[in-house]
Amino acid sequence: MSKDSNGHIEIINKTENEIKEINKLNQVVLQTIKLTKKFGGLIAVNNFDLKVYKGEISSLIGPNGAGKTTVFNVVTGIYQADGGKVIFKGEDLAGKKPHQIIEKGIARTFQNIRLFNNMTCLENVMAGQHCRSREGVRSSIFRTSSQRKEESEIREIAKRRLQQVGLWKYRDELAKNIAYGNQRLLEIARALASNPDLLILDEPSSGLNDKESEDLVKFLKDLLKENLTILLIEHDMNVVMGISDWVTVMDEGKKIAEGKPEEVYHNPIVIEAYLGKEEEEES
Amino acid sequence: MKLNENTILKNWPIFLVIALLAVSPFMMNNYWIDVFFFFGIYALLGLSLNIVLGEVGLFDLGHMGFMAIGAYTTAILNTHFGIPIIFLMPVSALAAAGFAWLVCSPIIHLRGDYLCIVTIGMGEIVRLTLINNPFGITGGPNGVFGIDFLSFGGPLVIDTSIESYFVIWIIVGLSILGLINLQRSRIGRAWNCIREDEIAAESTGIDVRYYKLLAFVLGAGLAGVAGNIYASKLMIVSPESFTFMESCMLFCIVLIGGMGSIPGVLIGSAAISLFPEVFRTFAQYRMLIFGVAMVVMMIFRPGGIWPRKRGAIEFKSLLPKAGEDNV
Repeated sequence: MSKDSNGHIEIINKTENEIKEINKLNQVVLQTIKLTKKFGGLIAVNNFDLKVYKGEISSLIGPNGAGKTTVFNVVTGIYQADGGKVIFKGEDLAGKKPHQIIEKGIARTFQNIRLFNNMTCLENVMAGQHCRSREGVRSSIFRTSSQRKEESEIREIAKRRLQQVGLWKYRDELAKNIAYGNQRLLEIARALASNPDLLILDEPSSGLNDKESEDLVKFLKDLLKENLTILLIEHDMNVVMGISDWVTVMDEGKKIAEGKPEEVYHNPIVIEAYLGKEEEEES
Repeated sequence: MKLNENTILKNWPIFLVIALLAVSPFMMNNYWIDVFFFFGIYALLGLSLNIVLGEVGLFDLGHMGFMAIGAYTTAILNTHFGIPIIFLMPVSALAAAGFAWLVCSPIIHLRGDYLCIVTIGMGEIVRLTLINNPFGITGGPNGVFGIDFLSFGGPLVIDTSIESYFVIWIIVGLSILGLINLQRSRIGRAWNCIREDEIAAESTGIDVRYYKLLAFVLGAGLAGVAGNIYASKLMIVSPESFTFMESCMLFCIVLIGGMGSIPGVLIGSAAISLFPEVFRTFAQYRMLIFGVAMVVMMIFRPGGIWPRKRGAIEFKSLLPKAGEDNV
């Protein structure tokens, strides 16, 4: 069997069952197969194939308007796909709602930070554990002992996550009042609170200065030790090259290249997509 | 929460209010006791709307419809079948909650002003249906009369002003306890998350549809209880008590007090129910003063008189070792 540069077994011209077997060997956590999403006449994502391997940091890059965020929104259930499949840990996610998908183990952050602004940082992270807690209305109204126990577990986990991103000292501040960079970290902490298998980050370094994005890179690398897989959309090439194990390049809704960061970096098709053709530049 | 000296000292304003409410009826005439009874009814209704409007941020301008369902359930079952009021209290709550579930299920995905308009329609449909006397059971515009007093069996009949005063305020007190517990639970957090950002809430694992419906069902159930007490106190229910204007008043209670704030709701309902009595001499200009007060308040305190403070969450049982605190 032929292998690609990262040691993943290639799946060219294989039947569906063979693909399943190979994915198990490759430890593919998330896969999209011929994913298509249309908005009216515009095809935002066109037969897009993406693979995310377990325990790696994968990046999805591409010029503005390439459809990266749309892919994320389809994967996390905010949009329904018009065609193709999203397979997570061997399970088709079609028709699942966002709150069911996070329960399956995919947590995400947003490009333009979406925190619960008028709640404290601690409450934000506690809310992140919603899908991992079970107590219902009756036990909450009467504050039963099992409900109190679960609440204290939620607080404990929230505390650990806040300490992990270094925001414990801001726990009682409203989320809208902390600095922009910290808001990004808080959003990651909230996503981590659900104890996900796959963390999807939508441009985590946008709006951060060099020092902050450097810290972020270090932080994300540390996260891999927790048996986590990370998929990110990124514009900042330094971040992408610095941490990615696998890069998929997208343009106009299609996959145009994939491979190790350095391969992709020197790939003429990718350079063309980013910078345009040479003739065009001259004219 | 155990009731020891410390908690009394820390929360002295709360205990002062409770003590005042417990003592004051013995120093008032029956008229003022009744005014305070209606203050209690408004407080209960305000608390019920606060779940929907304050906690989840859903614009509900037909909340009186739920109370009407509760009040008429009590009135009809009591006058036709002679079922005691006390048993009808949970029945009314369930009827109103069930009605809310039925009506709100198909409209729950609507946002902001769209939901607002549909709830206005819902409240009006309830009122018009009652006026049209379906199957001859609602008594048309005259309503249903001859409803029994609330009775706990034997000589324990709530037939004086002072007794009904205590009934309503005890129920308000119990509701507040339950609602505070809810606010501090994952359910309260989920509601607030939906109010803050629906898409983020959904992506955080909160079933937005379920929790919105839950808010409507609980709010309607509480309004149904208010309807039950109201019906047995007045002994008559008629459609004119459940007008759109009354729903607006409830809306004002929550807005004046502060969205999602329980003390705020109490202040708001005090403003709505006591204000007209205090200014009875200016009866003609009442709405004028009220309007000006609303405008001034919205300019200077847009978050309400007593907005909810999101304080520190207690960690006492889990405090880490010293020094670990500022990681």
